[in-house]
Amino acid sequence: MNPISRGADWDFDLLERYDTAIARVAGEFGLDTYPNQVEIITSEQMLDAYASSGLPIGYPHWSYGKEFIRNEQAYRRGMQGLAYEIVINSDPCIAYLMEENTITTQALVIAHACYGHNSFFKGNHLFRQWTSADAILDYLVFARRYVMECEERQGAAAVEEVLDACHALMPHGVDRYRRPAAPTLKAESARLAEREAHRERNFNDLWRTLPECESASTPGSTGCFPSEPQENILYFVEKYSPRLEPWQRELVRIVRKLAQYFYPQAQTKVMNEGWATFWHYTILNRLHEQGLVDDGFMLEFLKSHTNVISQPAYDSPAYNGLNPYALGCALFADLRRICETPDAEDREWFPQLAGTDWRVSLDFAMRNFKDESFIAQYMSPRLMRQFHLFAVADHTDKETLCIDSIHDDRGYRRVRKLLSQQHAQEIRVPDVQVVRFDRDGDRSLTLRHLRRRGRPLTEATADVVAHLRRLWGFAVRLETWENDALVGSVVECPA
Amino acid sequence: MPYLIDRRPNSRGRSAVNRERFLRRYKAQIQHAVKKMIGERRLDDMERGGEVRVPTKDISEPSFGFGHGGDREFVLPGNREYVTGDRIPRPDGSGNGRGNGSESGSGDSEDSFVFSLSREEFMQIFFDDLELPNLARTEFGRTERKKSVRAGFTKSGVPASLAVIRTLTQSLARRIALGGGMTREVRTLEESFAIAVAAGQAGKAAALFEEVERLLRRRGRLPFIDEPDLRYRNRVWRPEPIARAAMFCLMDVSASMDEDKKDLAKRFFTLLYLFLTRKYGEVDLIFIRHTDDAEEVDESAFFNDTRSGGTVVYSALELADKIRAERYARGWNVYAAQASDGDAFGADPARSARFLRERLLPATRYYTYLELAAPYAEDRASTLWAEYERVAEATGNFAMRRAARREQIYPVFRDLFRKETQ
Repeated sequence: MNPISRGADWDFDLLERYDTAIARVAGEFGLDTYPNQVEIITSEQMLDAYASSGLPIGYPHWSYGKEFIRNEQAYRRGMQGLAYEIVINSDPCIAYLMEENTITTQALVIAHACYGHNSFFKGNHLFRQWTSADAILDYLVFARRYVMECEERQGAAAVEEVLDACHALMPHGVDRYRRPAAPTLKAESARLAEREAHRERNFNDLWRTLPECESASTPGSTGCFPSEPQENILYFVEKYSPRLEPWQRELVRIVRKLAQYFYPQAQTKVMNEGWATFWHYTILNRLHEQGLVDDGFMLEFLKSHTNVISQPAYDSPAYNGLNPYALGCALFADLRRICETPDAEDREWFPQLAGTDWRVSLDFAMRNFKDESFIAQYMSPRLMRQFHLFAVADHTDKETLCIDSIHDDRGYRRVRKLLSQQHAQEIRVPDVQVVRFDRDGDRSLTLRHLRRRGRPLTEATADVVAHLRRLWGFAVRLETWENDALVGSVVECPA
Repeated sequence: MPYLIDRRPNSRGRSAVNRERFLRRYKAQIQHAVKKMIGERRLDDMERGGEVRVPTKDISEPSFGFGHGGDREFVLPGNREYVTGDRIPRPDGSGNGRGNGSESGSGDSEDSFVFSLSREEFMQIFFDDLELPNLARTEFGRTERKKSVRAGFTKSGVPASLAVIRTLTQSLARRIALGGGMTREVRTLEESFAIAVAAGQAGKAAALFEEVERLLRRRGRLPFIDEPDLRYRNRVWRPEPIARAAMFCLMDVSASMDEDKKDLAKRFFTLLYLFLTRKYGEVDLIFIRHTDDAEEVDESAFFNDTRSGGTVVYSALELADKIRAERYARGWNVYAAQASDGDAFGADPARSARFLRERLLPATRYYTYLELAAPYAEDRASTLWAEYERVAEATGNFAMRRAARREQIYPVFRDLFRKETQ
């Protein structure tokens, strides 16, 4: 077959032909995607998009301006290149392509974003559970208009104050578990009737003769609200803050919804990028096998691809954490290898995978995991050796750091476990929960930070508590607990 | 099939509003940075934009996060020499900062946030909360300054300003009005024609056919566009009020004014000029230098030529008043700034002060006097200063300050033009 194109220039007709080819290959591999909407933008527009976390519509806020200035400055000085693409989890899935890209890059980006990320958004359980792809754009339009209306009516400063406070608490504004839906009136009455019937069925007069127990009700339970600690602080504020005006409540809600929208992305960074990278690599190689792209195309593509998946060592000046593209792509590629050509070690470590259809196994992995569990489940010893992974222990009471374990027989499981934990949500966001709202007294709010292994909070904590105090309207205090004992000083912001 | 959309023509400045909010929020810090920058700038690039540094901690957004300390383990790539149980000293710097796990290490490496201000933004901050005193907006400029504005549509005009849509609307309306009756008639005739044909009345049918043909021909002759349909976009000239200012720069270039003092004066005049250009659409500059005799010169001669001689302030004031009366008598806001080291002798200070009070000040909006003292003699008042002080007490549109060092110029300038606060 003849190549689709030669040379570096692209036009819309060519993009469409590449998309058709890529869509065909993706279909052969069984990728299930939302419809695609590809938008061509300039580098300036890309900078704009950066500033608002890639969202096409955002409400006005100074922090986006700051982000914009930072990116613009870094880009102008050549310290930072721009991403080739931004993709938005929506239905249809919107992908932004930069006009400066060559046709090779555009094809790479289409395969990466429009088929890789897109299928991940559609398939992964976290995205399915927590985001409604078809509604997000409408919600963003609503949020923007609402914030701007509030600014008109209440003044920009008042709105900014609320948004600042909400942004500070954004990581604590997500539900990690679904709330049960409120039962309908019918279901509720049916439940009550059933309970009544159950009681009648099991009625036994003998119970009446038992002596009454004095301490039937625990004394503390009356005054304590909420009855159980609440981890979604913004939700608690929205529902129970004694001082918030209705418009302020709605603003809290908007920020909370956005935080929830981004929540799956933070938890699946490695998987999401790895999946997309794995697929652009696989798809474009297939195109090359079929003769649809020429060698020049492949060389340029491989150069970009290698850049994307490079992993500098920990002591290299270029080191900037584990590269999620590299790690994720390697995990998926390794998974495919285990399925197709397993060796003795793989049979021992992954007996359930060795020799299965790789497409089914990959699809299963993509749908049902997040970074933490994905690494725990699929990281193979071979991969740990390939990355030369090692774990360092940093304990306060020791004067030196200690090598906890390395990529050897004794260390595989330990390294894998630690790497998995490193990608867990708890390691990034401290555990701060609402434990008491003194409804009947001074209306103060008490938060509890559950400290783990002596890791303290930063100095910014006082500022965050002050922000929360602004939302709450009455005194707010933050206690730090570890092993059921109050430790450290209490951060307090009086009414 | 994907939807391919070309968004490139869309507006670009989507972040402009957010950027502007950022600048407004951190105005104090940015102002501070700008002030510092001005002290270091050369005169001729005062007007450029510039890079501003703001400490990162001032603009950070707080959130709950983990600080240093406590026990933890983290996984790093690229092991070469370590085996389990090795002990390595803690790296220097940010304590346990090495290898922030998987989080990117950005943020803590930068301790200040740098960004560029455009020229407009720079000047805005530069002159923020300064105000021209006694600004009289009533002095409107030449009446021949006019602006062309849209004013609806007319029935006559040049072909270039033909309003096509409006014309076609008119034509359509006319054609409907004139042809509507005929169309109805044709329809009824056609119906009777069909009946006649069905009844086999050939003669009647032919007559009806003829009639329909005639009507259709008539309707066809209605012109598509007729003279009365034509509409043209109309523009009218409206006089545009503009505020104009004439700025008199008076500088003493006598022998006692050394290069340092002239440099101070230059800075002061530049600031004043930049400030006036922001407030007025049109600013005329008049440069007058004087020794014992005054002359009007162009800008480069004013700032660069060296002269020597005695000092007679009166001559400069007289010349300024003459030029004002000749060229800027009506329709101008007149400002004057005088820079001198104040070394005037004999009767000159008193005479100058009287002339100033009686002739020049009534005709100017604001008159500033900057006395350039030698750095070692900052407190010693000159003879001119003493005389002028009395003028300042007696009148409202006169201000005087003293400066000896470069970094004093900007504060003095701000002081002179401070916005009146109620």
